[in-house]
Amino acid sequence: MELSVLETLVRVAWVAGAVAFVIGLIRMNSPATARNGNLLSAGGMAVAIGATAVFLAFETREEGLNVAGWVIILAGLALGGGLGLYTARTVKMTAMPQLVSLFNAVGGGAAALIAIDDYLRLSSAPPSLQVNVATVLDILIGSITFTGSLIASGKLMGLRITPSRPVMIPGGRLVTAALVLIVVAGAIYLWIPNLSVPVMLLILAAALVFGVTMTLPIGGADMPVVISLLNSFTGTAVAMAGFVLDNPVLIIAGALVGAAGAILTKLMAGAMNRSVLNIMLGGFGGGEGTVGAVSGAGHSVRELGMDDAAIQLAYASSVIVVPGYGLAVAQAQHAMRELAELLESRGVDVKYAIHPVAGRMPGHMNVLLAEANVPYPQLKEMEEINPEFDRCDVALVVGANDVTNPAARKPGSPISGMPILDVDHSKAIIVIKRSMGRGYAGIDNELYGNPKTGMLFADAKAGLAELITAVKAL
Amino acid sequence: MNAELLTALTTFVLAILVGFAVISKVPATLHTPLMSGANSIHGIVVVGAMFIAIEADEPVGYVLSFIAVAFGTMNVVGGYVVTDRMLQMFRRKPAAPAAEKAEA
Repeated sequence: MELSVLETLVRVAWVAGAVAFVIGLIRMNSPATARNGNLLSAGGMAVAIGATAVFLAFETREEGLNVAGWVIILAGLALGGGLGLYTARTVKMTAMPQLVSLFNAVGGGAAALIAIDDYLRLSSAPPSLQVNVATVLDILIGSITFTGSLIASGKLMGLRITPSRPVMIPGGRLVTAALVLIVVAGAIYLWIPNLSVPVMLLILAAALVFGVTMTLPIGGADMPVVISLLNSFTGTAVAMAGFVLDNPVLIIAGALVGAAGAILTKLMAGAMNRSVLNIMLGGFGGGEGTVGAVSGAGHSVRELGMDDAAIQLAYASSVIVVPGYGLAVAQAQHAMRELAELLESRGVDVKYAIHPVAGRMPGHMNVLLAEANVPYPQLKEMEEINPEFDRCDVALVVGANDVTNPAARKPGSPISGMPILDVDHSKAIIVIKRSMGRGYAGIDNELYGNPKTGMLFADAKAGLAELITAVKAL
Repeated sequence: MNAELLTALTTFVLAILVGFAVISKVPATLHTPLMSGANSIHGIVVVGAMFIAIEADEPVGYVLSFIAVAFGTMNVVGGYVVTDRMLQMFRRKPAAPAAEKAEA
């Protein structure tokens, strides 16, 4: 196959774009080069899109200018670009996971639309086997991602129709089985091969419903893993769209993101000591009978007064803050930073211990604290901070639960083997928590029964505000 | 199996391996911007959407390709801008926290 000069140049531009994506991701290895890496990646994207536009303009020249096509492209670019720019500029950092999820949804939707459009264009014969397989996979994965990410986004926003708690669908397993059956039967029928638009639409409908039924039963605390998985799905769907259109840059970029998302998903699930499958099947967070008998509920807990807590913190020489999901939910990161700065001004050494799954997205807690102007060097990862708990005077746990539970070190608990922060090694522990409620693992936290632990029962934001007042009054 | 498909599959497999290799090294601290950045990369789907738009010749095709272009562009533009916003906050951290406070 001999390429025209123009097509050769466009393909070179696409490869340049792909190279920029890879180098951009590599530069995201360190905070110092990450921003530059992202800009490089964006530049590669601009080159790829620009080259495509030039190619389309020259390629269709002989057939006359396709006015409708260009209007669609320019209007689509303007509308999508405007919406993307506006939402990305205005979103609050706490609401960022749902926006990323929304962008993921539209990406998956676009990938599915490409395959649908391509299929509708076929008139008589079914496509070649590879295009046929890629079409079905693209529609399937793209549609699941589209509705799944929308539901995930809605759950993170806490919309009434998509509450963040796990929503059990009556006969859920049966519905899932029926949907899987439709998809498998439909795919086999199309691959035989047959050309059938109704069967394609049936697969599309089943996939859209499956995206909803898959995501609804998953609890809010597991959303980091779900978003990461859906991100990986979209990458795969885009790669499939690349096979449908025979476009190398879609294949490369899609596969790159698909693999990256898969690795990230596995890391996240590993940090919770659960398998991805276990999370996707749900039922862990909401189930009652599944929890093994863990003693510790009998321990009496010691409740701490605000002033006592303030004195402990203010006269400590080192404090390690352990922020968790609850801090993000209460949007208390600014109050947290204020308290930390107040303590620092009194000569206390303050550090933050960040568990890999703290927040609503992998690494979300770092972003939230960075936004609240917490100096980056104070944020410590788990492996780095754990030895320091031994020398720490007070560990201040705000809205974190399971990641601090010493039960994870012993066998026989649902969280056995989960890497935890060694909070119990510090000389004293203060826990700010709304109630004695359990974390998403549904087990009691042995840390709360520890004689070194004092409990402050308060909402994270209100509790921190009161602590600030109490420290100032000293 | 023809040579073109094999080339495409080779590209696909190698790109997957690159994805694995690149991500395994990123520290947990940067996982959110990383996910968001990877999210923007799959916005490349807009290139495919442009191809189907230019070939569209009936109303269904117009509508589908318009939505696809708009969706893809939103993914690209929004993804990169929000990632940049996040990384911007990270980048100025190690400098001088004191200057930071004065600015705020």
